[in-house]
Order: sequence, then C-alpha cells, then structure tokens
Amino acid sequence: MSEPWEDDEPEGPVRKFMYVNRRAPYGTIYALESLEVVLIAAAFEQDVTLVFMDDGVYQIKKDQNTDAIGVKNFSPTYRALEGYDVEKLYVEKESLESRGLTTDDLVVPVQVVDKDQLAELMEEQEVILSF
Amino acid sequence: MSIEVNGKTFETDEEGYLADLNQWEPDVATAMAKEEGSELTDAHWEVINFLREYYEEYQIAPAVRVLTKAIGKKLGKDKGNSKYLYELFPYGPAKQACKYAGLPKPTGCV
Repeated sequence: MSEPWEDDEPEGPVRKFMYVNRRAPYGTIYALESLEVVLIAAAFEQDVTLVFMDDGVYQIKKDQNTDAIGVKNFSPTYRALEGYDVEKLYVEKESLESRGLTTDDLVVPVQVVDKDQLAELMEEQEVILSF
Repeated sequence: MSIEVNGKTFETDEEGYLADLNQWEPDVATAMAKEEGSELTDAHWEVINFLREYYEEYQIAPAVRVLTKAIGKKLGKDKGNSKYLYELFPYGPAKQACKYAGLPKPTGCV
C-alpha cells in the first residue's frame, strides 16, 4: 500500500474542459457554482479554459461590493485560479466593450478574443459547460 | 455540534469545522488538535497561519496540491512537499489544517 503523500499522480485521462460564464455574478447561483466546478476540475488536474461573455464579464470586474445584498463577494477567488494552474482565461471582446469595460477593470489577466477566435477555441474542447 | 474553548461555545458543522470563521481564535485550533490527540508545534502554526492568510486573500480554502505548492513558494522546498505536510497533519493537510484554522472544508480535496 502506498502512503498518502505518494499518491500525487493524477488518475485517469486529462480532458479539455471549457467553462462559459454568461451571467452576472449575483442574483443567481450560476457564477459561484461555475467557479466551484472549475476549482474541482482544476484540483483533479484537468485542462481548464474559462470564458467570460455577455453579463459574465461582470464576474471578474474589480471593486465588487456585496454588502447591501448580503452575499459573499467571491471575486477574490478568481485570483486564486493561477495557483490552480488555470491560466487560460478569455473574455469576449464585444461583451467587454459594450459594457464600457477594459481589461484594466478586471481582477485577473485575460486574453480578449472576438467571436471567431472564440468559436475556434470551442472547436478544440472536449467538454463545454455553459453557466 | 459545537466545541467548548475557554468557557466559550463555538458552533461547528457535523465534521467539526467552525461555523463562523470570524469567531476563530488560536485557542480553538489548540483545542481541536487536543481533541484529536495532537499538540500544535511552531511547524503546525506556520501552516495554520498560512491558511488564514490564504483565505483572507482568496476567500477559499486551497486544494491540497495548491496548498503544497504555495507553502513551498512561501516557506521553502523542504516544507512544500506532501510528506512534510502529511507528517504534520496525518488526516490530510488541507482538510485537517483548514479545520484548525477555522476555515471551511476545502472544495473537492483531501
């Protein structure tokens, strides 16, 4: 029997997962649930890509304050993704621009892609989950 | 469930994790460890304090792989490995150390 600390190797295949975040961070549970699933997939060392589009871009907006709505501000957690080796973060260009935002307004470094580039990225995935 | 420390009662969930992490104080960690038959050394505290800081910054308890890597970065390679952390926290470094630190159970991990 192996010791627990020797059990570090990932088991099973590594799949390419894409998580597409399209909703505002609060008001529904989708954004938080997506983030939790992303962290679990990353803990199991899967190949994880995140996309933020439509109102989903607000999930990673800086300076969120949730005091008045009585829920936890989980935006700092997106900055932990790097430590989970989740570094493929994409934002859809039109969604960002139409909301008057730039990458300077976001809590994490992202790559901005247009719809065609996004379609190509989706083409490369094995599993796509939309939240 | 709850745990009694210095005459104060701290609510916990059914696995012994503190219900409100803002209530945490160092004596809670000491009491939890004692209940599991261990005594906290400076080496334990280093990890517990690291976890408190990690939570403060990112609002989550890290997965064990992430904790191991981050400890290595902060405290050196001789500490940033599973063997060292499992020796300190035999019930699983993330799980057990998070409990002592008053954090919620880490998402999807040991």
